[in-house]
Amino acid sequence: MRDTVVRELIALAREDQTVNLITGDLGFGVLKPFWEALPDRFINAGITEQNLTGVAAGMALEGKKVFTYSIANFPTLHCLEQIRNDCAYHDADVKIICVGGGYVYGALGMSHHATEDIACMRALPNVTVICPADAVEAKYALRAIAKMKGTCYLRLGRGGEKLIHTDLTDFEIGKAYRLRDAKASGAQVAVFSTGAILEEVTNACDALERQGVGVEQYSFPTVKPIDSRTVADCAARFDHIFTVEEHNIVGGFGSAVAEALSETGGRAKLHRLGIGDFYCTEVGTQDYLRDCVGVSAAKITRTILETIR
Amino acid sequence: MNSEQLAWLIRRHGVEMTHLSHGSHIGAIFSVADIMGVLYADILRYDARDPAWDGRDRFILSKGHAGAALYAALAECGFIDREELKTHYCNGSRLSGHVSHLVPGVDFSTGSLGHGLAVAAGRALAAKQDGKSFRSFAVLGDGECNEGEVWESAEFANHFRLDNLIAVIDYNHLQSLDFCNNTLEVEMARRWAGFGWHVMEVDGHDHRALREALTHTDNPEHKPTVIVAHTVKGKGVSFMENDVLWHYRFPHDGWEYNCTVNELHAAMPAGVTDPYTPDGCPEMVPQPEPGKHVASETYHPTFYHREVEQQ
Repeated sequence: MRDTVVRELIALAREDQTVNLITGDLGFGVLKPFWEALPDRFINAGITEQNLTGVAAGMALEGKKVFTYSIANFPTLHCLEQIRNDCAYHDADVKIICVGGGYVYGALGMSHHATEDIACMRALPNVTVICPADAVEAKYALRAIAKMKGTCYLRLGRGGEKLIHTDLTDFEIGKAYRLRDAKASGAQVAVFSTGAILEEVTNACDALERQGVGVEQYSFPTVKPIDSRTVADCAARFDHIFTVEEHNIVGGFGSAVAEALSETGGRAKLHRLGIGDFYCTEVGTQDYLRDCVGVSAAKITRTILETIR
Repeated sequence: MNSEQLAWLIRRHGVEMTHLSHGSHIGAIFSVADIMGVLYADILRYDARDPAWDGRDRFILSKGHAGAALYAALAECGFIDREELKTHYCNGSRLSGHVSHLVPGVDFSTGSLGHGLAVAAGRALAAKQDGKSFRSFAVLGDGECNEGEVWESAEFANHFRLDNLIAVIDYNHLQSLDFCNNTLEVEMARRWAGFGWHVMEVDGHDHRALREALTHTDNPEHKPTVIVAHTVKGKGVSFMENDVLWHYRFPHDGWEYNCTVNELHAAMPAGVTDPYTPDGCPEMVPQPEPGKHVASETYHPTFYHREVEQQ
């Protein structure tokens, strides 16, 4: 996902002379193709997230399209006020790219768990929040946010996620994608997810189908604006909607769906799967931590089965 | 209008604006007034009829709490109507207490300290990239220099040799609760020099010195320039000078307002008309509260000092 985005960014920067990339001294082995191809539009601002976000705003106000790049919470929480005051309030054309949403850097410790970033970014007016699930979503998401003016947050996973989509030529910001149409099998539940946890969710849905549970599955690359039409549609047709995110259940994707649902109504009961409002103190790989907090494929499957039976 | 006239009018508008709105920061408005006067009368390139003119110099008042000084300068320079100044802080006004970019002539909203220099640096960098000749200015407070982001930006701007970036420090030696040196020890000029900047120190109320420094920012090493402008908080009104009380207090009806206006009148440059009280105010006697208002009057700023005293 990372490499795809960098490749697309290079292509984009070749087409559009205003594109600049600013990193906070991160991206070893990832950004090299960019700085080799476009050295004049690559800025290593050092480990200065607050400064680099302000610099990005300043450049954007001069007509540049500026991508900031860092990992985990550094491009967001470390400079939250700069995003709010300098970028979003001024509608500055700044695109914040985070690598390592969720537990990508699981073993590095709590500082590197990006698990409240969606909530914080989503709370800011004028900020579009996009969490691609795989390289295909990421590629189209990058192109889509580059086309729109204003401040965006692009939350990536790592590299090497399983490709779920074959193609997504109809990608639109604010649109959810149906991956599994369970009408024929007599669907019982709708399952929504955002971001790279999709891999686990897809495995869980496979398992549910094997156990006779019909599932209609959606990927929501955009968290803000949320696709409330899809939420309303599913709320009318299902008894249960499950949201899954590699993020705290407070304020994130599940909350966005809950907000939409509370306004559209419908018969479905919403169940939010994610991190249950705690800091994860476990050490281990992303897979391990996903399982610890309950969003591995096995745990998702179990929770859904227990809930609906 | 020359810079002395403009600076005087900034002070006079500042008194009226804080008086009417019961707003804060008259001390900061007075300390920065001469800097703003020189910038807007003599230094900045702008077109009041076309505030977004691409050739303009970029200006950010990073110490956004002195916003009234900027609004006053913009009114006197024709960006907004003088009458509008009276709406400062009012319901439905454009003139928020801290600087708002929704006001014509304002490039950037501030209010949370530490942000302005980075944004000014981004603009300077964009100018370099595009071969544009404008300069990018930011005025910072000395208390503001407590903020870590300022020093991130200082490192950044020096590394990228942004010689089109000019920071001016309104070094009035007082911040919100106390003198700067009783808060976090400051060695202002040395600090900037340590970060590799081209440093000039001037009397921030001496217009000729300010003009000279702000004009000649080119330097052979292409460093960003900082002008450490030594100022007095509350400059121009005897009972406000160097008293932290006037960081927050507004000139109240009675002797505070009258004496403030009259002290300004005593120093009014030729060719200026006071738009509010052209003949000054009835004479009154100042009755400032005795005692200082700094936090360190009653607490020990460092454990080290306490230990020394106990020995």
